Amino acid sequence: MGAEVVVEGLTKSFGNQAIWRDVTLTLPPGEVSVMLGPSGTGKSVFLKSMIGLLKPDRGRCVINGVDIVTCSEAKLYEVRKLFGVLFQDGALFGSMNLYDNVAFPLREHTRKSEAEIKRIVLDKLELTGLQGAERKLPGEISGGMRKRAGLARALVLDPEIILCDEPDSGLDPVRTAYLSQLLIDLNAQIDATILIVTHNINLARTVPDNLGMLFRKELVMFGPREVLLTSDEPVVAQFLNGRRLGPIGMSEEKDAAQIAQEEAHAAAGHSDGSSEEDLRGVVPQLEPTPGLPERMAVRRRKDRVMQILHSLPPAAQQGIIESLTHDELLRYGLTAPRPRPAEVDDTQEIPAWPGGRP
Amino acid sequence: MTAPTRSFPGAGALRETGRLFALAIDVVVNIFKRPFQTREFIQQCWFIASVTILPTALVAIPFGAIVALQLGTLIVQLGAQSFTGAASVLAIIQQAAPLVTALLVAGAGGSAICADIGSRTIREEIDAMEVLGVSPVQRLIVPRVLAAMLVAVLLNGLVSVVGVMGGYFFNVVLQGGTPGAYLASFSALAQLPDLWISELKALIFGFIAGVVAAYRGLNPKGGPKGVGDAVNQSVVITFLLLFFVNFVLTAVYLQVVPAKGS
Ligand SMILES: Nc1ncnc2c1ncn2[C@@H]1O[C@H](COP(=O)(O)OP(=O)(O)OP(=O)(O)O)[C@@H](O)[C@H]1O
Ligand SMILES: [Mg+2]
Repeated sequence: MGAEVVVEGLTKSFGNQAIWRDVTLTLPPGEVSVMLGPSGTGKSVFLKSMIGLLKPDRGRCVINGVDIVTCSEAKLYEVRKLFGVLFQDGALFGSMNLYDNVAFPLREHTRKSEAEIKRIVLDKLELTGLQGAERKLPGEISGGMRKRAGLARALVLDPEIILCDEPDSGLDPVRTAYLSQLLIDLNAQIDATILIVTHNINLARTVPDNLGMLFRKELVMFGPREVLLTSDEPVVAQFLNGRRLGPIGMSEEKDAAQIAQEEAHAAAGHSDGSSEEDLRGVVPQLEPTPGLPERMAVRRRKDRVMQILHSLPPAAQQGIIESLTHDELLRYGLTAPRPRPAEVDDTQEIPAWPGGRP
Repeated sequence: MTAPTRSFPGAGALRETGRLFALAIDVVVNIFKRPFQTREFIQQCWFIASVTILPTALVAIPFGAIVALQLGTLIVQLGAQSFTGAASVLAIIQQAAPLVTALLVAGAGGSAICADIGSRTIREEIDAMEVLGVSPVQRLIVPRVLAAMLVAVLLNGLVSVVGVMGGYFFNVVLQGGTPGAYLASFSALAQLPDLWISELKALIFGFIAGVVAAYRGLNPKGGPKGVGDAVNQSVVITFLLLFFVNFVLTAVYLQVVPAKGS
């Protein structure tokens, strides 16, 4: 099973420009999580801080008991071997062709024979649809191909934790759908902990077990997918629906005057460019390709979520309960979908689950 | 605890210097880490040599000639004509050769190293390498620094030979000195440590050129434009450091090693 990543109170600034403050979240082992957030909110910086490429001002990031913010250089290199990271631009080695790029981690860290390496590399290249391009240099392929090659390289050591920075940007919708399926299949096969940073709403709705969002220098929320998908938070609603109306502006934040003006335009019938339908709500999650093993994470996550069910907002509770099968309802001691749990107060604050094992 | 925004004038320069030294120490430590990147080392040696040999030779000939001419005239005025050979050889081997070498290794080799590492940094290749658990210092920087050092030492030999030959030619053929006096004075005043200090200087200059180029390459400010600036700065910083270090080394050498015949 993949490793658990516990982030506590992480804060990062460049000079006196604060990027985000007090980010606390736990990536549950073996589950797929997605981090959303408008462009420039520091999602890439967050990923880089998680692997020790950037040094946060304070906070902890614990993986297998090692706090990578404070640990020694040697320890850091050790821990990084657990990671497979896809950078936003692929970050391929410009002087090596695709084959050598993907073979690089194997040659560095394993004693495999060239024949074995060849088998693995060709397998990963086929997985990402790059067969036939092995001999090309990174400068000679398209942006989307670079991305996929970067992913192939990230997967080659069967990592326990996979970080993907916008795996879908620069890919067409069909390839993005294949990629979503690939990530889910991968999770079913090697049970790795996966964190995906993306702007792709469709991917965010269908792929992850957990969803989070960064905005205004803070982690707005992070928790089971149902929580964010049913949230009433204006930022979340705006982002999921891709509207102009709402707190997010072209530069990260809007002032009150602009908000008022846009609302006036909307009231006068000027469309803000989004579709009328509300994209929020819990949609069925992507399943592994038939024939592959079942995703272990699904069961683990259900157990965990059912335990903290009472602390989630009512809409999320309803979404979760509606997604359970009859057998599961019985297993968790519920009989029928309750219309609206009354005993919980209508809180907006969604806690990340408490540290430690869920 | 916020970011350290309070600072005093010159703090930035001090911080940069400190980090430059940290990288230098890192490079030295990583030289002894296995596996040694032999292939990269040979490629880099070949590359640096190929961009520096010709310009160095071309610079060395007129340099030898200048030294010979200038000293020749001066020494005639002083009336110590028979020592022209020794004087020009010492000047070339101890001062001119290591500096010419270093300027070319820094100007041609260092700038190429800096541009290469810099573009890798902005393409996130360096980050990717670290994340793959491979130290970029050990893998990329060490072979380059060692290559710069080796090439500097070899080029220093080349410049010495070419420079001395140039000096000899000018002295004997154009200024009417006698070959015998030239050679005799040479063995009367020059000694083996003169050659050692020359090679030692070249070695140290090669190291400085390599480390400064790598440091600036690893820390470009903001994108491709930053790489251009970094290359520029790396050459300037290296030159400044070289002349300073040369001054220190020369002063120490003259104190420590007694001049022959005194
Ligand atoms: N090395 C750096 N030095 C200074 N500021 C930086 C650095 N890297 C990032 N930033 C700043 O941090 C902020 C967040 O950048 P980041 O790349 O993480 O955004 P992002 O959320 O990944 O955006 P996108 O979705 O467009 O990729 C930006 O305002 C950027 O200016
Ligand atoms: Mg980004």
